[in-house]
Amino acid sequence: MFDNLSLYGELYRIRRFEETVLENFPKGVFSGTTHTYLGQEANAVGVLSHLKPEDVVFSNHRCHGHFLAYGGDPQALFAELMGRLGGVCGGRGGSQHLHWRNFYSSGVLGGVAPIAAGVALAEKIKGSGAITVAFVGDGTLGEGVLYEALNMASLWSAPILFVLENNRIAQTTPVDLALAGEIAARFEAFGIPARELDSSDVLEIFPAARAAIQAVRAERAPQALILHTCRFGPHSKGDDTRDPQEIVHMKQTRDPLKVHSGRLHPAERAVLDRQIDEQIAAAFQAALEEPFPYA
Amino acid sequence: MPSVLEALNRALHRAFADCPDVILLGEDVLDPYGGAFKVSQGLSSAYPQRVFTTPISEAGICGVGAGMSLRGLRPVVEIMFGDFLALAADQLINHIAKFRWMYNDQVSVPLVIRTPMGGRRGYGPTHSQTLEKHFLGVPGLRILAPNTCGDPGELLYRAILETEEPILFIENKLLYLLPVQDATTLQDFHLTEVSSQLADRSDRGGKPAVSAYQLSVRGAPKPSLTIAAYGYMAELARQAVHTLAYQYEIFAELVILTQLAPFQGEAVLASARRSGHLLVVEEGSLSFGWGAEVVARTAQALGTQLQCVRRVAAQDLPVPASAPLEAQVLPGLDDIVQQAQLMV
Repeated sequence: MFDNLSLYGELYRIRRFEETVLENFPKGVFSGTTHTYLGQEANAVGVLSHLKPEDVVFSNHRCHGHFLAYGGDPQALFAELMGRLGGVCGGRGGSQHLHWRNFYSSGVLGGVAPIAAGVALAEKIKGSGAITVAFVGDGTLGEGVLYEALNMASLWSAPILFVLENNRIAQTTPVDLALAGEIAARFEAFGIPARELDSSDVLEIFPAARAAIQAVRAERAPQALILHTCRFGPHSKGDDTRDPQEIVHMKQTRDPLKVHSGRLHPAERAVLDRQIDEQIAAAFQAALEEPFPYA
Repeated sequence: MPSVLEALNRALHRAFADCPDVILLGEDVLDPYGGAFKVSQGLSSAYPQRVFTTPISEAGICGVGAGMSLRGLRPVVEIMFGDFLALAADQLINHIAKFRWMYNDQVSVPLVIRTPMGGRRGYGPTHSQTLEKHFLGVPGLRILAPNTCGDPGELLYRAILETEEPILFIENKLLYLLPVQDATTLQDFHLTEVSSQLADRSDRGGKPAVSAYQLSVRGAPKPSLTIAAYGYMAELARQAVHTLAYQYEIFAELVILTQLAPFQGEAVLASARRSGHLLVVEEGSLSFGWGAEVVARTAQALGTQLQCVRRVAAQDLPVPASAPLEAQVLPGLDDIVQQAQLMV
């Protein structure tokens, strides 16, 4: 099921969605704000490919990629960003606040960490066999409640995988200016085994995530997966203070699509690209047709 | 009659016995200690798998409780002192209260967070506060405050098992040892239960009504004053109603609200319509408090029918540790009696 072509399709679908968001934001079709997942696509795809339907996902403000890799509908996500009735949450939540099936996201950093731990414990108490995956970023390492959650998740053996996506920048603040000590040591201090990977290759992230998720399932206890990654886009829309050369270099060396596309037959890839371009364009147009909700 | 503490403890035991989904999370809740105020006593012995004694992580345990409730359990979180709710404010305001609405009514959060509040025990500035006013008016959060009337245990039981939304359950510490009252024990008073029929927008799905109570001295003439109060202040207000009637021939009607938020004040409006005078009494500090909302709602509904309004509340100061100082800062029986005399 997870052949190179289908993994590429997952990556490209997120890429095309996010590009469509940024291309169209200045036209005023979206409301509020957005945080795109450009550059980090291989993380969501590599991790969420291993979930079973009963498993639960908690995401954060940068949730579009997680939502789409989870299986979420691009049209419903576009509509949600537009504040329209057909949105994932009927336009009430917007870009950062999604809930569909067993997927939840919210926009206050760290706040969902204990909630995700509680979900994992509830599923354990109920004996459902479901595990929980919680995505957090390097910026969230500054929030105290995260450490309360790590402590309780470990203390009570919650079946949860914490995926720490270190895109090395929190809004405009480089991780070096906000973080003392090591990331892995934060998890290990609570007795949570941490795997660490610095890659944009979905074929490297995929097996690392599979191993971490298998460990959560087997041991019914928390694990951490630290994915060092690159954010290509601005934090939100026009707020990138980094040196443009740095981003150019990142895109040349760390683009998950470039890394993976070399494994595909060019003709096959072109056909898939066109299909996804059309799919995303159609989803965008259809979302634009949705009515607005009434309070 | 049982004490309020016994009633609450029995209700927890009954909820645990009746529903296997009920879970308790709290600091120092294991027997023999059973929680700092003993409300949770006996639960860890009877249900060891369902009682989690927790690290000192108020935000974390509210979050864990929220997560459990999202997935179908019915957790009760005990916050040892209400003052510590400040540590859990993000969980309450940004997560717990919002989930249901912001996820387009696709989820429910049947979570009860119960906590003792209030002073008069000399615990000082960080263990004596009445902080619920900071959470009143947060959309999506129902705030209940038991009193000695009705059955505080039944209120808690229904909050745990019959409500699908998050509830902040505020227990004034001085209520714990008082006996639960009803029409047979309150012999000097005429007690009426006012069952609210209000079904506001945050109240969809046929939620059980929460009762308010109306008290007046037995055989008193038409009231010339309405006093609105909740929690332990209702106890002091009841004593004030008695004093006012027997010493000053001022006949007041006391309305005790049990649901503080969403606002459910028809009983106050009805009484103020009869009396034209409203005195609001609360233990929280005066400014921007519960009483201000009650007064505003009443003024808006009654217009010129409302002739006079006063407020009794704590001074806008931290609660001192020293007993005589604390008594000056917190509102007492004499304050209620004095203010009432100024009104009629």
